[in-house]
Amino acid sequence: MQVLVLVFINIILAISLNLVTGFTGQLSLGHAAFMGIGAYTSAILTLKASIPFLPALLLGGILAAIFGVIIGIPTLRLKGDYLAIATLGFGEILKIIELNLKITGGTVGLRGIRQETNIWVVSVAVVITIFIIYRIMKSRVGRSFIAIREDEVAAEAMGIDTAKYKVLAFAVAAFFAGIAGGLFAHFYRYINPNSFGFSRSIEILSMVVLGGMGKISGSIVGAAVLTAAPELLRSISAYRQLIYGILLVVMMIVRPEGILGDVDVKIPIQRKLEKLLNKNS
Amino acid sequence: MFFQQLINGITLGSTYALIALGYTMVYGVLKLINFAHGEIYMFGAFVGMIMVTTFRLSIIPAFIISMLLSSLLGMGIEMIAYRPLRKSTRITALISAIGVSIFLQNLGILIMGPATRPFPRSIRSYYVNLGAIKIDILQIIILIVSIILMVALHLLVKNTKVGKAMRATALDKDAAYLMGINVNRIITITFAIGSALGAAAGVLIGLYFNSVSPLMGSMPGLKGFVAAVLGGIGNIPGAMLGGVILGVIETLGAAYISSAYRDAIAFAVLIIILLVKPSGIMGVNVREKV
Amino acid sequence: MALLEAKKLTMTFGGLMAVDSVSFNIEQGEILGLIGPNGAGKTTCFNLLTGIYQPTSGEILFKGENLRGYKTYEVTKKGIARTFQNIRLFGAMTVLENVLIGQHCRTKTGLFGAITRLGSVKKEEENAREKAEELLKFVGLLEKKNEKAKNLPYGEQRRLEIARALATDPELLLLDEPAAGMNPQETNDLIDLIKQIRQMGKTILLIEHDMKLVMGICDRIVVLDYGKKIADGTPKEIRENSRVIKAYLGDPD
Repeated sequence: MQVLVLVFINIILAISLNLVTGFTGQLSLGHAAFMGIGAYTSAILTLKASIPFLPALLLGGILAAIFGVIIGIPTLRLKGDYLAIATLGFGEILKIIELNLKITGGTVGLRGIRQETNIWVVSVAVVITIFIIYRIMKSRVGRSFIAIREDEVAAEAMGIDTAKYKVLAFAVAAFFAGIAGGLFAHFYRYINPNSFGFSRSIEILSMVVLGGMGKISGSIVGAAVLTAAPELLRSISAYRQLIYGILLVVMMIVRPEGILGDVDVKIPIQRKLEKLLNKNS
Repeated sequence: MFFQQLINGITLGSTYALIALGYTMVYGVLKLINFAHGEIYMFGAFVGMIMVTTFRLSIIPAFIISMLLSSLLGMGIEMIAYRPLRKSTRITALISAIGVSIFLQNLGILIMGPATRPFPRSIRSYYVNLGAIKIDILQIIILIVSIILMVALHLLVKNTKVGKAMRATALDKDAAYLMGINVNRIITITFAIGSALGAAAGVLIGLYFNSVSPLMGSMPGLKGFVAAVLGGIGNIPGAMLGGVILGVIETLGAAYISSAYRDAIAFAVLIIILLVKPSGIMGVNVREKV
Repeated sequence: MALLEAKKLTMTFGGLMAVDSVSFNIEQGEILGLIGPNGAGKTTCFNLLTGIYQPTSGEILFKGENLRGYKTYEVTKKGIARTFQNIRLFGAMTVLENVLIGQHCRTKTGLFGAITRLGSVKKEEENAREKAEELLKFVGLLEKKNEKAKNLPYGEQRRLEIARALATDPELLLLDEPAAGMNPQETNDLIDLIKQIRQMGKTILLIEHDMKLVMGICDRIVVLDYGKKIADGTPKEIRENSRVIKAYLGDPD
């Protein structure tokens, strides 16, 4: 059960990173930082301000989204690899701040966070995340994200305010990463800055890459495989990071479209799901 | 106090400059941030340390062997992880480079263990006293070695046939190829030289701080990149200047503002420079062709 | 009043004068050709008109309004759309989606609407699809609506770019070498298409090297050479203009 909770949290992280990197084409290496903001915010609110879990969780997501905008706006002028490095830099700065602030507990982190996350809570959160991201991607907004990835100059020439949409992608992704962080904090009951560093960002990126960039179903599969495998096969868990490294290289060379392949595989359940998602609510 | 810190900063900065050169050269020819460069630096430091401890070599042959082996590593990385992606998008190649970096770092942990190991000080301790300032002979050596390597690189790129071919490849790979330049060979040479310089920095820093560890490459690697961007990426004198400036800013910042935020300073510098002048101090703005 | 007035447009890159004090008008409903040897500054002119570059000096008036300072997407919304010389479609998206993107600036759905999918949002999406299909039918690509843009043959990609530009509902359509790489049959079809677009009430500015096309459909032609305007007149006048002949064929001396 514990593995399943972690799988679900990682699905939220992978889908949200996919929104920025896979769909909008902006490589972000600081996704874990947004997770950290959500985790710390919600944990501090439940721990020190006795705010109920749900509002605390949402506030964590919202603060992460605000940071997404703050980071998104200045980095907009950057393209591709520069953007990647800038997001990495922001992530590291945030981590260093978390290491040095009193309210975040410094290097020790925060202990004794209330246990609020369980399998039901994360299930609902995953379903809501998939629903919202799916709907965004099948709309005018989502099309604009993909257009930016495909050709930014042409997207702008077609009337898309590319700057606005890139910030929007960052903000939405940061929101869900923040929610995932809040769920994480209230599941493990203990957080420290190292949970939200560069290696976590790479872990999330590996999930997105494995499943295929720009595919929601891919992120679900990628997160499930990479989370469950090291938990179930204890023998490989020591080589976890090593495997992420090999995975990134091999996937890029052999199968950049992800393990699911170029065609978005549609299993029967998925078809039904899509029908359901497309139905007017 | 201030001058002491300044000298410490310049010493640190000259090693950043050596690392930055590797980034800048590779970026120049491939438009790729060679993320694994920090790990090559780490590898170089380990080779140097092992040569001195296990093989009981003196520091100069250890230094040279480290540079040679690291250039082989650099060439191998390029052939395996980057060459198949030459025609892919830049984001694809960058992800592959990140993969190589993570892989090497963890391979290092697996083989050498995660702990920090000492790098025996194989140079006699000697301090130059200039009034209140105390300069370690090692600092002077680092500075001199860095300058020699940088000048050698500069002359190589400016005056030799290989250097000319490198510059041509950086400007336009296809045109260079049509002019009869073996582009693959030039890229290989670029990786070899860049990696050798990274390894040199690794050995020097290993000596200076008397320690090596599998994780030692990630921060200096990133800072080397920041230095390259600060100076103007793709620009060799820019990388040297950027390295020294970054080293000084970081050391002074740590001394006078807060040492807890030491690593944040470099990233703050990066973000500011990217926003204010993304082409760096010595770079030229390139406009995207529509 | 002319639909668009370019007044002493100048654009320098470093020391290079890519466009040097060029003035011309585009009248409502006409087809204006912009020609000149390679490197004459034609595409730079397009980039100036669409806000990709801001002119070093000079101004552009569109329906009397100065376009200085407007970003590309704002210019598109004001009613100027373009195609690209080196086709820039959204390759991984379907043909239909490409045309839907063209309608971006004429539709409104935001994040909230996308998630809730209220009645008005569904209606807007349906209308956009209908309009996209109409445009695809117009350029003859309706049967291919679900194919990926990058899988279309070259000539069809050019037509798709035109459909996508038309989807922005422009008053002025800029076509950058629409016949490049087309065979004579495709070029003839293109000429018919451009004439039909004019009949829809659109004004067209086109860059083209295919003289049969230029002379055949343009009401008026502006000739650039080394960034300067060297002639402006009807196809007949241009054909007989000695400066134009010299620019294209070189000085007989």
